[in-house]
Amino acid sequence: MSRLVKAARILLAALREIFDESAYERFLHRTQMASSPSAYAAFRQEFEESKARRPKCC
Amino acid sequence: MNKTLSTSAWVAVALLGAGAVGVVAVRRGEPINALWLVVAATCCYALGYRFYSSFIAAKILALDSRRATPAERLENGRDFVVTNKWVVFGHHFAAIAGPGPLVGPVLAAQFGYLPGTLWVLAGAVFAGCVQDFVILLFSVRRDGKSLTEMAKEEIGRVGGFVAYTAVIAILVILLGVVALIVVNALKDSPWGTFTIAMTIPIALLMGLYLRRIRPGKVLEVSILGFILVLLSIWGGQWASQTPRIASVFTLQGTTLAELIIVYGFAASALPVWLLLAPRDYLSTFVKLGTIALLGIGIVVLHPTLHMPALTRFVDGSGPVFAGKIFPFAFITIACGAISGFHSLISSGTTPKLIARETEARMVGYGAMMCESAVAIMAIIAACVLQPGVYFAINSPAGVVGSTATAATATISSWGFPVTAADMLALAHAVGEQTLFNRTGGAPAFAVGMAHIFSQSLGGATVMALWYHFAVMFEALFILSILDAGTRVARFMIQDALGHIYRPLGRTSWYPSILATSAVIVAAWGYFLWQGVKDPLGGINSLWPLFGIANQLLATVALCLATTIIIKMHRTRYAAVTLVPLLWLVAVTFTASWQKILDRNPRIGFLAQARVLAAGPATGATARLIFNNRLDAAVTAVLVVMVALVLIESVRQWVAVLSGREESRVKESPFVMTRLAEDRA
Repeated sequence: MSRLVKAARILLAALREIFDESAYERFLHRTQMASSPSAYAAFRQEFEESKARRPKCC
Repeated sequence: MNKTLSTSAWVAVALLGAGAVGVVAVRRGEPINALWLVVAATCCYALGYRFYSSFIAAKILALDSRRATPAERLENGRDFVVTNKWVVFGHHFAAIAGPGPLVGPVLAAQFGYLPGTLWVLAGAVFAGCVQDFVILLFSVRRDGKSLTEMAKEEIGRVGGFVAYTAVIAILVILLGVVALIVVNALKDSPWGTFTIAMTIPIALLMGLYLRRIRPGKVLEVSILGFILVLLSIWGGQWASQTPRIASVFTLQGTTLAELIIVYGFAASALPVWLLLAPRDYLSTFVKLGTIALLGIGIVVLHPTLHMPALTRFVDGSGPVFAGKIFPFAFITIACGAISGFHSLISSGTTPKLIARETEARMVGYGAMMCESAVAIMAIIAACVLQPGVYFAINSPAGVVGSTATAATATISSWGFPVTAADMLALAHAVGEQTLFNRTGGAPAFAVGMAHIFSQSLGGATVMALWYHFAVMFEALFILSILDAGTRVARFMIQDALGHIYRPLGRTSWYPSILATSAVIVAAWGYFLWQGVKDPLGGINSLWPLFGIANQLLATVALCLATTIIIKMHRTRYAAVTLVPLLWLVAVTFTASWQKILDRNPRIGFLAQARVLAAGPATGATARLIFNNRLDAAVTAVLVVMVALVLIESVRQWVAVLSGREESRVKESPFVMTRLAEDRA
């Protein structure tokens, strides 16, 4: 059972990483901001400047 | 005892795999079950991962779990982040899995299921997975440097320049080709066009939700968006059956091409994150879900393959694209076997997340194996169709004729019986007016997927919903690649132009944004327009061009890998990357030669230009001649550049092996990891 829970946790963590939720949390932690519309807008702005450069395959 | 048990288990896997590959390869004259392909693939991947990747890890790369990775040494909470290996695996797979492994195998199914299956299995295990694995590890050992930077440092300036140019060329051709696939899937399809159009307000709603209501809750809003997209598929049926609405969404190929070009420019130039980011998340969500669903569907329903192992088109006369198995099957199927594009991902975000060197094996080699499995699913989806139906969907009007009667007569004369009534019934079953001449692979894949699912989930009554779900799935994530790819190419051009005139490199300076966006969109828009206007359907010219460009990038990546292996004094194992390199050189150079100079006008660009010039002049003749000459020139330039990298690499190898040059790799110095086991 504990293995199942661990697997579910990892799957959720992978999805959160793929969907940038973890990146947003790291951004909040790094900038000492609380989650808010303006914080999210700032995160997106930073994302556009750096991570949006990452390619996606065919 | 444990060792005996383990050895026995692996011997059993090997025997089972050999048996399954044998059945796939030898069985002739009767349909086989898709499960044979699944078993063959599973065993090959298991053996490849367990033995070949561990051999590479131990003997060549000497993975060291004590060595700190850039994610640890340079951790900044932004790009460099120590991340759980399964999370990195998911991240990496989501980035490498695009429409390529779905479309390429569907197109190559014109040769039968056998050539594609063997190439996908052997190509992935011995070439694609190896490339992704070694490039990832080499990037990890170089502070997460990109392929271009590594090629410049290890091979020389020529290597860096060619890698850069090849990336731009691939992006441009790729974007033109994938846009053409969307156009061919949506033209004259009010249902499909309505569903895709609805993703715009859905994405806007998701954007507002993310920004105003629940900032950052992407997973939550993606589930909401997914439900809304499912509703829009259902609504598409209503739209297609309501004459006034259907007429608005029934668009010609040229109109769709214009709309996609405008979309691409807006996506690159305007700050429309409100629309683009949610669409990107939505497409990822749909992509991962659909791939999982298709995998389960194939295993549970294990359909029968109706396509023969080999068709008569192995002689090069295929209607989907012209050319023999060698080299064209290996150009057409790239992403499922080996794709140069993956080396960009392996030297992009992923090396900055890996916590331990030892995890590079699972992420690099393992994720590519999963991508290869997706290609096997695509082969199955294409080959469950009756061959006559497959060719009716995938053959351009210029080859089989523009009327249903002519097309079915031509295809039946090849030994693949199909009638106009069959095709009409199928078109009505999937909610379309016609399925003839739907080139590009996406519609055939959608019909195959709908065919598989309709065998259980809802039966034939919901086949139309499954078909449009598959079309929406492909179109949605192709559009997300269009906007992401256009922006990546824009950034690359801005970076280069910044060296000439600094403001041009500023990604926030609007004149530069508009100019570089226009250049990129004009470039891929040109290829798209060329494909839409091409009487042979566009895919015949453009997909091989894309395949050649992509495999040439893989050639550059393998040149780099071989150079580093030789410099690491592991020359006795250099065959691991050298053999795939030689194979790719043979494939890409032969394909390029034939695409430029072959006398058959369906294969050679210049031959086709000559035939057009000799024939009756129409309004489009001059443009078609120019297009063919341009394609020949692009291919020639790419080949010459890669030949330069090859020569430069060989020069390096000879210099190092003869002792004329010091063998020194540009790795970051060893630093002992401080990570506790649980953190990694």
